[in-house]
Amino acid sequence: MLKENEINVGDTHSAVLVDDLKRTQIVQYAGASGDYNPLHTDEIFTTQVAGYPSVFAHGMLSMGLTGTMLTDYVGDGALKKYGVRFTNQVWPGDTLTGKATIIEIREEDGEKVVDLMIETTNQNDVAVITGNATARIES
Amino acid sequence: MAIDKFLVEASHIMMFARSVGDANPIYHDEEYAKGTELGGIIAPPTFAQSSAQFDPDYFLRPKIGGEGWFGSGKEATGAKPSKESGGGGGGAAMGLHAEQHFEYHKPVKAGDVLTATTKPGNTWEKESKRAGKLKFSESVTEYRNQDGELVITATGVGVQTERAVDS
Repeated sequence: MLKENEINVGDTHSAVLVDDLKRTQIVQYAGASGDYNPLHTDEIFTTQVAGYPSVFAHGMLSMGLTGTMLTDYVGDGALKKYGVRFTNQVWPGDTLTGKATIIEIREEDGEKVVDLMIETTNQNDVAVITGNATARIES
Repeated sequence: MAIDKFLVEASHIMMFARSVGDANPIYHDEEYAKGTELGGIIAPPTFAQSSAQFDPDYFLRPKIGGEGWFGSGKEATGAKPSKESGGGGGGAAMGLHAEQHFEYHKPVKAGDVLTATTKPGNTWEKESKRAGKLKFSESVTEYRNQDGELVITATGVGVQTERAVDS
């Protein structure tokens, strides 16, 4: 868990979430999450029927990958809130970098918390996820 | 959507954590997890999404018994998807997923047995250059544990597009 006396507003944490996303990882997420929408795993359906250039990642895979960066930063069981908008699609071959920025340190329900702004970008610096989170910290 | 029994199992957590690139031992190493303040294996923050596995009517899973599936086989498509069922904590069943928000009230641990109930939220429309008319709809899912305690509130926003989104 983050410690109040070791953090400041404006601090950032970033990590490469995935380098050259493979279709197999998208399949892996489909199996684990139970979302078997062919748009994510079936190239023939997605290109010939749905009209997309290729399969693309579940938004929730990007949110999950971003969540890994987030919990690595704030610690286990510390999150109170985590929310995102899916701003662009994530395609096989993409490399994603996630970043969390501390925007406020405050009290909530009698405990110290930190508010974070979250952004995940692809290799072209295009945001695929923007969001925010609130996590408990040690005072 | 209602899910009567969402069994939170350690092996499922392990597989889910792997799929989101998370090697944290709190998600797969019971001995390590027991030594932490949390006292055992916990679920990663977006794990509630996999409640879809426990929704008997979840339409984005091929059904046993030949109801048809809209993915490719001999042909590029098999059947038309049924859009009747709600989806996990999110918007997948409502088209593309636009937003997802989680509020965590209590840690979800391996061994928990959750229930989930989903209610529709707001709906709205927007024009987009990339995909035509966009129809947004919100769904709010409450997850409770075996003691009836609210553990997660998940709000998903789905969007139906008029045409495929260009890359």
